[in-house]
Formats: sequence, C-alpha cells, structure tokens
Amino acid sequence: MKFFSTLGSYFLMLKGMFTKPENFKMYWKELMHQCVEIGIGSLGIVSIISVFMGAVSAAQTAYQITNPLIPKTTLSQVVRDTVILEFAPTLVCIVLAGVVGSKIAGELGNMRTTEQIDALEIMGINTKSYLVAPKILGALMTIPLLVILAMFLGIWGGRLASVLTGIVSGDTYDRGLVSGFIAKNVWFALVKAYTFAFIISSIPAFYGYNVKGGALEIGRASTTAVVTSCILILFADYLLAAILL
Amino acid sequence: MIELKNIEKGFGDKQILKGVSAVMETGKTNLIIGTSGSGKTVLQKCMVGLFEVDNGEILYDERNFSAMPEDERKELRQQIGMLFQGSALFDSMTVEQNVKFPLDMFTNWDHKKKVNRVNEVLERVNLTGSNKKYPAEVSGGMKKRVGIARAIVLNPKYLFCDEPNSGLDPQTSMVIDLLIKEITTEYNMTTVINTHDMNSVMEIGENILYLFEGEKEWVGNNKEIIFSKNSKLNTFIFASEFLRDAKDMRMLEEKGIIDNDRNMEDILKDPEANLLMGDNDKREAI
Repeated sequence: MKFFSTLGSYFLMLKGMFTKPENFKMYWKELMHQCVEIGIGSLGIVSIISVFMGAVSAAQTAYQITNPLIPKTTLSQVVRDTVILEFAPTLVCIVLAGVVGSKIAGELGNMRTTEQIDALEIMGINTKSYLVAPKILGALMTIPLLVILAMFLGIWGGRLASVLTGIVSGDTYDRGLVSGFIAKNVWFALVKAYTFAFIISSIPAFYGYNVKGGALEIGRASTTAVVTSCILILFADYLLAAILL
Repeated sequence: MIELKNIEKGFGDKQILKGVSAVMETGKTNLIIGTSGSGKTVLQKCMVGLFEVDNGEILYDERNFSAMPEDERKELRQQIGMLFQGSALFDSMTVEQNVKFPLDMFTNWDHKKKVNRVNEVLERVNLTGSNKKYPAEVSGGMKKRVGIARAIVLNPKYLFCDEPNSGLDPQTSMVIDLLIKEITTEYNMTTVINTHDMNSVMEIGENILYLFEGEKEWVGNNKEIIFSKNSKLNTFIFASEFLRDAKDMRMLEEKGIIDNDRNMEDILKDPEANLLMGDNDKREAI
C-alpha cells in the first residue's frame, strides 16, 4: 500500500511541475545553474572513470583473447561495443546517481527542513516547477552529453592502455574501431542515457522534496534516493536491452 | 483584515484545530499565543495556504482564500510576506540577493531600481552595508531582520511571523518586536504573529488570540490580559512566581492602590490589595 502511495506522490510531483513559470528569465537562470552544477560539476569524475574503464576493458579483453586465430582488431571492437553499449551509459549513470542524486536530495531536503521551500510557496512560486523541473531538465540536457564524452574517453583510454602496454599498435586498434561499427548501438546508448538521466534527477528530487524532520532524515533521504536510483537504473537497463536490442 | 470562520484541521485521527473563529485587524499586530501543540503554527500555516483547512473559511479582506482557484491564490500570495522561525533565507544567496529575490521573480524593474528598493528596506531594518554578506556570516537577530526585509520588499498587505523571537536574547527580541510593530503601522499591514514570548505579548499585543488545545480560549489585548479572569490563560501567561507578582503589581497600579503617597504597610493592610494579591480564586473574585 505504501508503495502505491509513494508512486502516486511521485507522479503528482511530476504533474505539478507543468505550470506557467512566474518569471521565465528566473526559471532559465535556474536551469542554466543546474546544467552547470550537474554537467560541469560531474565532468572530472566522468572523465576519470571513463578513461580507466576503457583501459581496464582493453587489458581484460587482451587477457582473454588467447587464440592466435582471432584478429588483433577484435580487441578494439570489444572495447568499443562494451563501452558504447554498457560502460558509458550504465556505469557512468550509476556513478552519477551517487554524485548528482545525493546532491539533489540533500539540497532539496535541506531547503525543506529549513523552510526555504515554504518561503517560496508563500511568495506564490510553484516550487515543483521552480526547484524540481530545472534539475530534471538540466540532467536531461547534460547527462547524455556526459555519456557521449564517456564513450570517447573510454575508447581512447582503451587505446592508450593497449598502445602503452604493447598489446596492439595504434593503427590496429583504430582499424578495429571502424570495422563492424553499428550506429544503432550509439542510438541505443543515448536512449539509455536519457532514461537514466530522468531517473537520476527525478527520484532524488522526489525524496529530497518530501523530507520530513531534520539532518538525520536528509541523510536517510539521500541514501534511499541513491539506492532506489541505482536499482531502477539496472532494472531499466535490462528492460531497454530486452525491448530495443 | 483577515477573518477566520470556524476553522477545523486535523491530521489522521488527531483533530488539531476545533472550529477557531477570529478576526486579524489591519494596522495592528495580531498575536496568536498558546502552549506548544495548541495549534497556533497549524492555524498560521492554514492561513497562508501551506495546509488546507478541513472545514471553515479564511477571508482576506472578504475574499475567501480557502475556496480560491490556484491562479487567484498565487496573486494573493504576492501580497503576503512571511518571516519564518529559522528565517528561511536562501543559503547560497547574499543578503542583497535574498531580499531582491521577490523583486526578480515578480517585477519587471531594472536592476538599479531593484537595488535601490533593496537598500531602502535594508536601511529600514537597520542593516545598511550588509548587502554582500551571506546568511552564514550574520547573527540570528540580523537573519531575522533580513527575513523581515525580504518579507516587506514587495509592500505586502499581510505579514505573518512565526515565532520571530525564537533563539534570540531578550534585548534583540524586543528590537525585532518593535521593528515589526513599527513596520505594521507604517505600511498599514495586517500582521499575524505566532509567539509564546511573554515580552512580545505585553509589548506589542494589540489583538491577542489565545488558543488552548485547538480551540479559541480568549481574545483581547495586552492591557486586558492583566485583568483577565481566564484561569487557563493566567496559568499560561503568568507561569512563574515572578510574573504572577508582576501581574499583581500592575493590577494594584491600575486600580490606584499603589501610589507615591502610600507606604507598603498601608498597601498590605488594604483589603482590596489583599484580595488582589491572594490566590487565583481571590484574584478572580475581584
């Protein structure tokens, strides 16, 4: 019963976002602020993770390819497809669920407990559209871009590791990258990125917005938000793979 | 003027407000007092629309707030200012940005005009020169004054204050109380203050509503409260021996029993004084 009540509240929050802005300029400013917070704020961690996941992927694939009949270009094909299909959208989004999700839940939770949300409501501002909508839109605008960046950096990380350790030459790696490339995979990864971006932003926003109590509850809300987001990302990952591939 | 008609509000099985009716007068500081859990915060939150009433009407200058469509409510809310218990300032904004926020959101003024207005209200609350400070860098009393400045920057018709003195020392509390009272008169606002600070009650209580367990128990002003015979109110207001003595002295003064020509021995022999200073039953008998 509680599950349906929570689900209903979540959809009501989403529905509540769709109202005419009191001042479009202020909403735009808040949206841009969120894009910077989510996009630029996560750039460092996404870059580091992407390069290393590409490098690890290359090293582990090379370790498993023992048959001399398998062409060396297979290595970069495997790295490319793994990074594009799974690592860049899913792994990066799971990390972002922790980084961005806890920040969104914490920020809104703090605003709720210190009555800042009430203050905005009393001014006549729709807090769902002013505080929640820019976070979701900001995530939808920046997270897919971060995923694209992660794809490039992941593949480059794989190349770097392969060349530096002498597994394959740069030319061989590059040849493998372009052979058997399926453009649909990128489209699929972007569908996943948009889906995960929505989960990463809306779930923590819901838990943060509805915090009741004090500092302890804000912490709990952040943890619940991150855990729920991660589970939903994995669930959606399977669902999308089963439907779209 | 804000009129409350038979307000009822409950949460689950617990009934918090049980048919409260009252009038909050324009140009006066209207105080809602009561013990913790008496329903004063719930009543104020119902009045500003943070809670929906279960029954009853809230009339803002004869406009029924409880039955208003959302657009009309939004419009009315722009005429409402509120000072929160914890000030509710936006942490990431400076004092100036906090006060300017309602102007940014609801006016098309140019930047210079907005800054002028901000400086005007900051000067009014004696905070000139604090524009660039962040909420974390100012004291509790200053935060309250920034909260007041933000609440009045749009020239509201109605001002709500939730426990404006909580966490402040008595002297700063008095400054905040007097500031609220002055602003109320100056802007001719309907000010509603939730408090259980007895200094505030005595100093600025022009219209006092005493709530007891969610019901209206007593209505009056700071002059009448001294002579009130309501035992629940007296127990709440004059909770300490010191305050009871202070009340006795004020009553003796008001009745003309204490004056410069009489010494204490004479006063103590006065049967009326003895009655006044006796126990509650005797007090009520007068």
